[in-house]
Amino acid sequence: MEKVNTRHSISRILLLLLVVLFSFSQNLIAQEEAASAEQEQSAEGGDQEAAVAATGGDAAAGKELFNSLCASCHKRYKRSTGPALNGVTDRRETDWLYRWIKNSQAMIAEGDPEAVAIYEEFNQTAMTPFPQLSNEDIDNILAYVEQPKPEPQAQAQIPGDGGKSSGSGVSNDIILGVLAFVLLLLIVVLVLVNKTLNRFATASGVELPVTEKRKPIWKAFVENQFLVLVTSVFLLLAGGYFAYGYLMQVGVDQGYQPVQPIHYSHRIHAGDNEIDCKYCHSSARVSKTSGIPSLNVCMNCHKSISEVADASNPNSSVTEEYSKEFYDGEIQKLYEATGWDPATQSYTGETKPVKWVRIHNLPDFAYFNHSQHVSVAGVACQECHGPVEEMEVMYQYSPLTMGWCINCHRETNVKMEGNEYYEKIHDELSKKYGVETLTAAQMGALECGKCHY
Amino acid sequence: MSSNKKYWKSVEELKENSPIVETLQQNEFVEEIPTDEFLGDKDSLESSSTSRRDFLKFVGFSTAAASLAACEGPVTKSIPYVVQPERIVPGVANYYATTIADGFDFSSVLVKTREGRPIKIENNKLASATSNANARVHASVLSLYDNQRVKRPMVNGEAVSWEEFDRGVSQKLNAVGGKQIVLLTQTFASPSTSKLIKEFSSKYNNVKHVTYDAVSENAVLDAFEAKFGYRAMPNYDFSKAETIVSVGADFLGDWQGGGFEAGYAKGRVPQEGKMSRHIQFESNMSLAGANADKRIAVSPSKQKAVLAALYGYVAGGASNKLSAELDDVVVKAKEQLRRAGSKAVVICGLQDVDAQLLTMAINEALGSEVMDTQNPKMSRQGNNKEVMALLSEMNSGNVGALLMAGVNPVYSLPNADEFKAALDNVDFKLSFAMKEDETAKLCDYVAAAPHYLESWGDIQITKNNVSLMQPTIKPLFDTRQFQEALLKWVGNDTSYYKYIKETWSGNLGGKSWEDALHDGSFDSSMPVETTEFAAAAPSASSSASRLLQNSGEGLELMLYTNTALGNGEQANNPWLQELPDPITRVSWDNYLTVSKADADRLELWNENVANGALDGCYVNVKVGDKTVKNVPVLIQPGQAKGSVGLALGYGKREAIQEEMQTGVNAYPLYQDFNNVQKVSIEKTGGRHEFACVQLHNTLMGRGDVVKETTLEIFNTKDKHVWNSVPEVSLNHEEVPVTSPEVDLWDEFDRTVGHHFNLSIDLNACTGCGACVIACHSENNVPVVGKSEVRRSRDMHWLRIDRYYSSEDTFAEDNEKKENFDGLGDSLSGFGELEEAAQENVQVVFQPVMCQHCNHAPCETVCPVAATSHGRQGQNHMAYNRCVGTRYCANNCPYKVRRFNWFLYNKNDEFDYHMNNDLGRMVLNPDVVVRSRGVMEKCSMCIQMTQKTILDAKREGREIKDGEFQTACSAACESGAMVFGDINDKESEVHELKQSDRMYHLLEHIGTKPNVFYHTKVRNTSEV
Repeated sequence: MEKVNTRHSISRILLLLLVVLFSFSQNLIAQEEAASAEQEQSAEGGDQEAAVAATGGDAAAGKELFNSLCASCHKRYKRSTGPALNGVTDRRETDWLYRWIKNSQAMIAEGDPEAVAIYEEFNQTAMTPFPQLSNEDIDNILAYVEQPKPEPQAQAQIPGDGGKSSGSGVSNDIILGVLAFVLLLLIVVLVLVNKTLNRFATASGVELPVTEKRKPIWKAFVENQFLVLVTSVFLLLAGGYFAYGYLMQVGVDQGYQPVQPIHYSHRIHAGDNEIDCKYCHSSARVSKTSGIPSLNVCMNCHKSISEVADASNPNSSVTEEYSKEFYDGEIQKLYEATGWDPATQSYTGETKPVKWVRIHNLPDFAYFNHSQHVSVAGVACQECHGPVEEMEVMYQYSPLTMGWCINCHRETNVKMEGNEYYEKIHDELSKKYGVETLTAAQMGALECGKCHY
Repeated sequence: MSSNKKYWKSVEELKENSPIVETLQQNEFVEEIPTDEFLGDKDSLESSSTSRRDFLKFVGFSTAAASLAACEGPVTKSIPYVVQPERIVPGVANYYATTIADGFDFSSVLVKTREGRPIKIENNKLASATSNANARVHASVLSLYDNQRVKRPMVNGEAVSWEEFDRGVSQKLNAVGGKQIVLLTQTFASPSTSKLIKEFSSKYNNVKHVTYDAVSENAVLDAFEAKFGYRAMPNYDFSKAETIVSVGADFLGDWQGGGFEAGYAKGRVPQEGKMSRHIQFESNMSLAGANADKRIAVSPSKQKAVLAALYGYVAGGASNKLSAELDDVVVKAKEQLRRAGSKAVVICGLQDVDAQLLTMAINEALGSEVMDTQNPKMSRQGNNKEVMALLSEMNSGNVGALLMAGVNPVYSLPNADEFKAALDNVDFKLSFAMKEDETAKLCDYVAAAPHYLESWGDIQITKNNVSLMQPTIKPLFDTRQFQEALLKWVGNDTSYYKYIKETWSGNLGGKSWEDALHDGSFDSSMPVETTEFAAAAPSASSSASRLLQNSGEGLELMLYTNTALGNGEQANNPWLQELPDPITRVSWDNYLTVSKADADRLELWNENVANGALDGCYVNVKVGDKTVKNVPVLIQPGQAKGSVGLALGYGKREAIQEEMQTGVNAYPLYQDFNNVQKVSIEKTGGRHEFACVQLHNTLMGRGDVVKETTLEIFNTKDKHVWNSVPEVSLNHEEVPVTSPEVDLWDEFDRTVGHHFNLSIDLNACTGCGACVIACHSENNVPVVGKSEVRRSRDMHWLRIDRYYSSEDTFAEDNEKKENFDGLGDSLSGFGELEEAAQENVQVVFQPVMCQHCNHAPCETVCPVAATSHGRQGQNHMAYNRCVGTRYCANNCPYKVRRFNWFLYNKNDEFDYHMNNDLGRMVLNPDVVVRSRGVMEKCSMCIQMTQKTILDAKREGREIKDGEFQTACSAACESGAMVFGDINDKESEVHELKQSDRMYHLLEHIGTKPNVFYHTKVRNTSEV
């Protein structure tokens, strides 16, 4: 009995050890996060204070104006459609800036040499005039744009942290290795102890309780024919069940989540930025395919968005798993594919079409038309594609099996209101079936030939 | 779109025709697997430790492994555009109006493109000239994706750049010196091209332009020129005709450029008891003859006499020397012409200027409104005299440069050997060719020419109407069209597109350029150059007497072009090769058609072998000193005694895939470009295997399949007499099979929603075959090849059955059949029926596709419910559900189901368009490509009806009549096929269903088809 006890205690100790180890390593990571967040915050606060001090305007008010009016063409520290604005007060007179912002074309027409020069430099792209802005507003904006670029001090600290965290990752492995070693050791010790005790017992003449040899259980089992029958029936059924389950999932790629050549995050685009699905997948409205957006659609926005907001921004989409650098690198891949040169803000003409991995693969013999479902039936994209706006990496949400299609056709009512096509047929069918609403199935959406031709 | 880059692994691959690359491509293992080492030596085989058991274990293991590995889906890549063109939405088709003008077929068409690639040709309903796209035009989209096309310009067999090519050409042209530069081209019928050639002529001195048509209409052009001073062909509007007398003119085929079906068919549908009367004198059984009310089989030389006699009767004068029997027919024809007055027309297909002059004279004498000489057809311009003159110029060494475009004289000239020899005397030979054909092979410079779907053009099909040709796809290869090159060579930097635009600016018939391009045509004309001509019209009576001087002795050969291949331009097109001839139902061949009488005399034979395939003997055909050897013989009912027929356009051997090298080249027999030749035939040994899809020659009394009556009976008798519904006995009372109480099945309510029906009018169907090709291209129907067709495994979803009959009504046939007693009697009886049919036959064409029976026999026998009925009337076929028991095909009374005996795509055994990347571009992405072991059949183009419905739903509107179409009904210019929704009481198809002429195929079996036919009515009324 005692021996049994010891064995128990050993396993308990082991468990305890594990728990302690894990909680320890968790703590480590949590501490790191807290530290870096604090640092970033303090950096941000410091910047703002400094900016207000430097110029006359209110940078906070300026930020709002900048984001609503200027940000589509200008960036503070980087050339975009227009020039980078940071440092503009050093380059130009404030009065000149007031005039320019309120009506740049007039200045160009007048032949102001500076105005003409900048007009020529930016491929004769005229800047939108903003006569509605008061000088004070402009001061505010300038105050905002003149905020010095947040020094990578926060980032400078990150490498140190990064080193640590990666170190902890390594140590985790070591801990696991040590643990395994300890376990092995314990087992060996146990066996040895057991052996020695036995030897001691025999040596000291203690009679060990000898267990009586009973009929082995398997023999008893084999002799009981009924039990054998029941078990084999059970096994057969269970086997059949699992075999069926296995076979039915062959070719069903629910959850298929391939790695794409560009890490495109639906979470950021459809979720955080609330871009309508059909802005990019526009052909879903009119065509059978939803269409993988051509890269020129990406460039509509990404011409001016060359990087994601860093973690300091409250709206930032950066996560622990995917850093700002990572996302910026992905945008860079887009630029490579389209041949966009951010430095000159122009296309080089060298394109490298992106080879996306197709996720939703309907077999050839099944005809599916997006526009029928999206435009006519008004089905939300998410009904079939799942919470795309939460997906960092896109995956197949629905099984896309025929049973799944059919079920939906059985349950879904056809949206007929205001569609002249349905008027007559609705009257006749509702009379025939004696119902007010009609399911897709009642309209004939279960017929083979509607999808297989 | 992906790039056209070529990738290679080794420099060796860049060399054309490198033997090493060839071998490597063919062999997966460079060295032979040394099987002999262990299989050849008995001792080592026995000493081998691998037992049979081990072998089976390995097999089992690898099968299991393979099937497990197969469970994992492949990774599919999707590559979107970098910059998506504005008008292209993936998954939505765009349509462009353009015009085909390949020198033989001229037609204004609509091209359906998907994701920027043309996939189907349709009729252009907006074109002001009727488009009349025939089977070849519908198939021309596949010729765009021809693997054998010349892919880049070549100089002496080496690929060069266009710059280099241009340099070479101008060097050579400048070096010509005092010799002639000759442009030998197809008929372009393009005013801007004519203008351009003039500019070219003024830049280089001594330029001559010779137009050459492989199949010549020289006689009518000469006749027209003699009368009006320019080369054109009178146009005919047969919808106005009440009486049509055709002497040897297959005007429903390719006669004078073809395209007359639509007008003809309009007059053939009895309306208010009236329809046109069509009398045909001809030797070969042609499409026109098959549709005629009265067809008189006369040999070509007698046709001349008939024409002269007809002239005599109409205009008065010349006597004739016809036999009494024939004279009687001519007199009756004359009477009918007289009675129709200005609504009568006589046409003639003889390649004889006198005959053509006489024809025009007769029509003028009749005051025919049908013939139009004010707006004549310009689609043939060839001048045989000039071609022959060119040959002698070449021989005498006067030609310094010969630039050819769209022609292949080494193949198609009757004296091709002479031409070939004469080519040696020409210093500089250049050919614009889509293929490295017989002529291009002999040229120093081969300019890769684009397909018409990649080119610009302005085509004057008729004098007052111009059709525009516009590219529908970026050129697939490094090609340049002839006109573009001419512009370069005359030093004009504008593109040909701009050149056309300039040419017609301000002369677009009131349309803007964009509108004209959108519609595909505009009414306008360029002043045509007239030559000086004798003011005095040539005397018709002297023509008549000259015609009579010809006397017919011996066997006469009538050369013709058939529906499938035409002049042979598209011989490498598998759709056309597999299109069965409407009359003979033979595909993949040309053959000598012989009358039964002549066949008996010459001991020529045809026979059907055990599996039902047709075999025939060979003959050598000799015209003058030219002999074409081993021509298979086909005994053709209705062939005039003393005449034989042979189709041109076959027997190409260069730049054509081996499978497509079918038939014999008949052009050497086309002496002096005359389609009638004195010929001698000599039987040789051997047995030819035909790929013929329909065996029986007669209807054998099955009046239920084809219903036919005469106009007289149709007008005077009750429907019950000529289109009775079969009756069955119920409680000892005869009731029609259509009545519900005799039905075994409960009828579904089909009044709600759409209910599709297809109406086929046997009166309007001319058998042209356009629907068959349209069906092929819409539904990805595979091509199976000659040997499979021979095994009756053709895959045509839509076939046009051809039935011969010997008597005017089937009554006698039926009676005869009813009276058969026992097997022996019936065998000899049917033999008699066939025998009688050989003499003077009548033909009925009947397009048959899946009848979409409401009580379908196929649906009830399918063990897996792969075929089922939709409420819209279509009989659905779920290919993915089909396990291939073929019960359905067995149970189908109409025999319209087709089984995929093999995998017809990506299979080297069936090396047609579905086996190469280029050819697969023609596939319709909305229709699945079927796999081996499944049944398929006509779906009533459910993808098209579904699309129409979806468009209406999206736009929130009702569907108008005429919006619903199938590929076949849309292709049918003659209006024989009308498709629509019979629940729409306003629709045309609903009206047609109420017609007295309406009947269903095999109505007595009660299948209730959704395809219905209209009884054929023949106008047998004599005056």
